[in-house]
Order: sequence, then C-alpha cells, then structure tokens
Amino acid sequence: MLFSMPPHADPVFKALADPTRRAIFEGLTRDGEQTVHALTHRAGISQPAVSKHLRVLKRARLVRPRHHGRETHYSADPQALAPLVDWIAVYGAFWRTRFDQLEQLLERMEP
Amino acid sequence: MTLASTETRTVVLEKQLSHPPAKVWRALTEGPLLAQWLMPNDFEPIVGHKFTLRSNPVPNWDGLIHCEVLAIEPPARLAFSWSTMGLESAVVFALTPTDAGTHLRMEHSGFQPDQEHAYKGATYGWQRFLGNLETVVAGLA
Repeated sequence: MLFSMPPHADPVFKALADPTRRAIFEGLTRDGEQTVHALTHRAGISQPAVSKHLRVLKRARLVRPRHHGRETHYSADPQALAPLVDWIAVYGAFWRTRFDQLEQLLERMEP
Repeated sequence: MTLASTETRTVVLEKQLSHPPAKVWRALTEGPLLAQWLMPNDFEPIVGHKFTLRSNPVPNWDGLIHCEVLAIEPPARLAFSWSTMGLESAVVFALTPTDAGTHLRMEHSGFQPDQEHAYKGATYGWQRFLGNLETVVAGLA
C-alpha cells in the first residue's frame, strides 16, 4: 500500500527526512525507551549531535523525554505519525493496483 | 481528516472491462481466482459466510482482514464486510453489462476520519512509510 502526504505533515516529515534522526526514531519505536547515552552509543556520533537530533524529533512530537536522576530517557510516540496517513489515499491506491491485477487475470482466463 | 467524526468516507473505483459480466463475476467469487488478484482467502459465495483475506504481516499488524459475505447477486452485485486494524468497513462490487463488456464499480465504505483509525494506520504504516521517505523527499526538493 502507498501512503500519501497531507500538507500539514510538514514538521514530522522534515524531522524524519534525516537518516540519523530516522534511525534514532526507528530504534526507539522498535526497542522502546532509551537513555541519551545508549542512543549516542548506537548512533556512533557525539552526544551533542544526538541531543540536537532529539530536539528536532521532540519538536515534531515524535519522541518524548522523561527525566530520571541525571539521565534523560527518550521514547517514541508513533501517534505523531498519524497526520501522515490518509486512509482514503491508502485504500484508493490499494484498490487501483488490485483492479489492474484483476484486468490481467481476466486476460489470462478462459472466455 | 477535516470531516465531523460522525461522517464516514468512501473509496469509489470504477473500471471498464472488456470481458462479459459472467467472467468478471467468476474472478470476483471463485476463491482461487480471487486470490490471484486480491489476496489469499477462504471465500465462499454464500451470504453469511465468514472468511479471511491474508496479506503479509508487518510489525503491529497480523496481515489478516476479517470478512463476511453480505450479498451475492450473480452476476451483478457482491458485498462483504472488511474488518481489520479497528477499521469496520464494507466493500461492494457492482457489475453492469456494457457493449464493450462490463462496467465494474467498487465502493469501500465506512472510513471514519477519527484519531483512532489514523493512529492504527500510522502504527501499521510507519515502517513502510519510512522506507519510502528518502525517495519521497528527493521528489519534493
């Protein structure tokens, strides 16, 4: 299925356009909450760089910080992706593809 | 997603097919043929029959669409419910004979533009979406 981009998706879209930020967001979605230290270790870049990326993700509401002691833990909020998904567009594209497949099948079938 | 929450929306698709209705009807209602253009299934053309359409599972979605046959009127009308990821919807196919073959109309109705559906769509779609993002971004600039 294809996913179309409504115009109000811009901040989320821009936040995820960067491969490093995308990797951070994917990691948090897949593996759950992590500290900045753990994220820095995985990203293989400096902690200030990771923190900068996290700020962009936070502004787009893709991640949420939780302060615990001297560490900040971050978790992903996939709900922030909701503006990106337009069901009508998803199913419109889905059925168009399937109709093409139906037409191809009809060509193959005996009369 | 700007409609009132009580409204539902419908996807409508129409196509002119150069094949007679009886043949199109077979492609819509014989399980093995349906599998070739839609999805693997255990469809039976019996009103009340419950069946499952199986697509590939992805994270947060088992890939199953639960359906029930609502109407069978050969070779003119087929309707079944379509339930997955919190989406309670219905699909109706209408076949009209034409000089050239068959006019096929599909209506997929029941999309509620509420947050819950958007959320589930996002949960299901985000990984694929991310996978395509770089391509999409390249096209935007």
